[in-house]
Amino acid sequence: MKPIPLQSRLPRTYPIAAVRRETEMVQTFTFSVSLGAKPGQFVMVWIPGVDEIPMSIASDNGKQLKVTFFAVGDATRVLASMKKGDLVGIRGPFGTFYDWKPKQRLALVAGGYGAAPMYFAALEAIKDGCSLDVFIGARSKEHLLYEKELGSLPRTTLHIATDNGSKGFKGFNVANLEVILKEKKHSKKKPFIDQIFACGPERMLVSVSNLSALWKIPSQLSLERYMKCGYGLCGNCVVDPLGIRLCVDGPVVKNDVCQKIEEFGKYHRDAVGRKHSFL
Amino acid sequence: MKLSQTLLGIDFKNPTVLASGIWGITAASWRRAAKCGVGAVTTKSLWLHEHKGHRNPTIISTDHWTLNAVGVPDAGVEKAREEIGSFNKNKPVPLIANIIAESVENYAKTAERILELKPDLLEVNISCPNIEDEFGRPFACSVGDASAVTKAVKAVSGKTPVFIKLSPNVDSIAAIAIACAKAGADGFTVINTAGPGMAIDLKSRMPILANKVGGISGPAIKPLAVRCIADVYKATEGKLPIIGTGGVFTGEDAIELMLAGATLIGIGTALADRGENVFKLVCDEMADWGKKNGVKDMKELIGGMHRELQKKS
Repeated sequence: MKPIPLQSRLPRTYPIAAVRRETEMVQTFTFSVSLGAKPGQFVMVWIPGVDEIPMSIASDNGKQLKVTFFAVGDATRVLASMKKGDLVGIRGPFGTFYDWKPKQRLALVAGGYGAAPMYFAALEAIKDGCSLDVFIGARSKEHLLYEKELGSLPRTTLHIATDNGSKGFKGFNVANLEVILKEKKHSKKKPFIDQIFACGPERMLVSVSNLSALWKIPSQLSLERYMKCGYGLCGNCVVDPLGIRLCVDGPVVKNDVCQKIEEFGKYHRDAVGRKHSFL
Repeated sequence: MKLSQTLLGIDFKNPTVLASGIWGITAASWRRAAKCGVGAVTTKSLWLHEHKGHRNPTIISTDHWTLNAVGVPDAGVEKAREEIGSFNKNKPVPLIANIIAESVENYAKTAERILELKPDLLEVNISCPNIEDEFGRPFACSVGDASAVTKAVKAVSGKTPVFIKLSPNVDSIAAIAIACAKAGADGFTVINTAGPGMAIDLKSRMPILANKVGGISGPAIKPLAVRCIADVYKATEGKLPIIGTGGVFTGEDAIELMLAGATLIGIGTALADRGENVFKLVCDEMADWGKKNGVKDMKELIGGMHRELQKKS
């Protein structure tokens, strides 16, 4: 019998092939499967009998798939207690991805676990001859993710920012990016950066969006909303007032579209569709 | 082929309808569907008070079928007021408000509250197959229950037309339809999802849906929808309009449901497979078919199979 092709919208369980602890709260699971995913896309991760949650992909190298996650919610806490060999369901990949041209100069801005998909984007963009300035930020140095991996990439300058100043720039990484744009005298005639990619908390994305508009640098931002189906049916991740579905037309959204999303940085909806403020 | 019609005083520019449960949570979703060419939109089922749905996984698909047990989540009437109010300020297409409740009494109460928001049409969901653990067998599975809900809603609905959304998961959908028609139903939506069905992950040996079972939709259920529409049309002698829903992906699918007796065509699952332009694609394909086959007005297709059978008998 020929192997049945994977159905991207139906989960299939795989044993966890490897577990790596990144920080106190963060782990990376590796699965021996490739979904042909691109940086910025997400999968739905099913914990049988518990829940299913969206997760951005930390890498898909054609043989293995990785996800990096924070143990913050009920589902991720159960996931965090799982061990090598335990079965986890995966379906996908879903959504849009970061898009670049060969040899572009890119600024990658990652807050918290946003460092994982940014590492994936960095790996792939480097293959296309891009040069990178990667900005990772966290509360303190213990919470920095993928620091070593990002720091060892070719044609890559790593910029670290921590809220408490325990490592690198003291403050937010977006402020750090602005300092560097000023230092390098970025202008439209003599651009230092061709595009900005960002993934992290929505408050950080708002800063990136404003900075991107102010400096007239195109940017692509990864937005997060409550997801159920992941492929455009349930309508739970539809944003006001555009009515676009972030599982299909996102999660990676270009800034010109992002700036038309009224709820961006203001509110999101829960499982019953009720609004909750980000503030 | 003319695709527009006026039905019960409501103008529909084309027969496609965004089916309940798909998108439908916000005014922005309904506007998006209108922008993508839909003829009318249906809200996700509205409850009087907040109702939590099921945990994920709630929706899974293959190319042939979709299984869902979202569990009818909704924040209640106040949210409906905000979203429908916003949509009504500048309404691009007719709005069908779909309501649900756990008792006959609350169907009437919900209908009253939602009718204050002035929807064009009320669709009564008595047929959701994935909340049985919570509420027991759907009202659509018993002649008595279906009739009681219809009567209760009709008693408060005034001039707004009331459509009853029927379940295919019954011995005789014709008997249920006749009972609802006698109780005053102005039309039907045929069908809700089928089953319920189940999918099991082989390695973990676990049912995939958190609710274990869920309603089946997608291409696999089109023949079931066609048969149910034909049964309801025949039982009500073609006198009551039907929103035919179930596995419509193409213009030809829509025409087949019309020949069985559908007046309007609900589209849901196909949004995932053909994208958000599916409404326009289906309309274009219907128009093309009409042109090639010399049909000038879509209306002559409605119930066409029954007339053909009569001619032959």
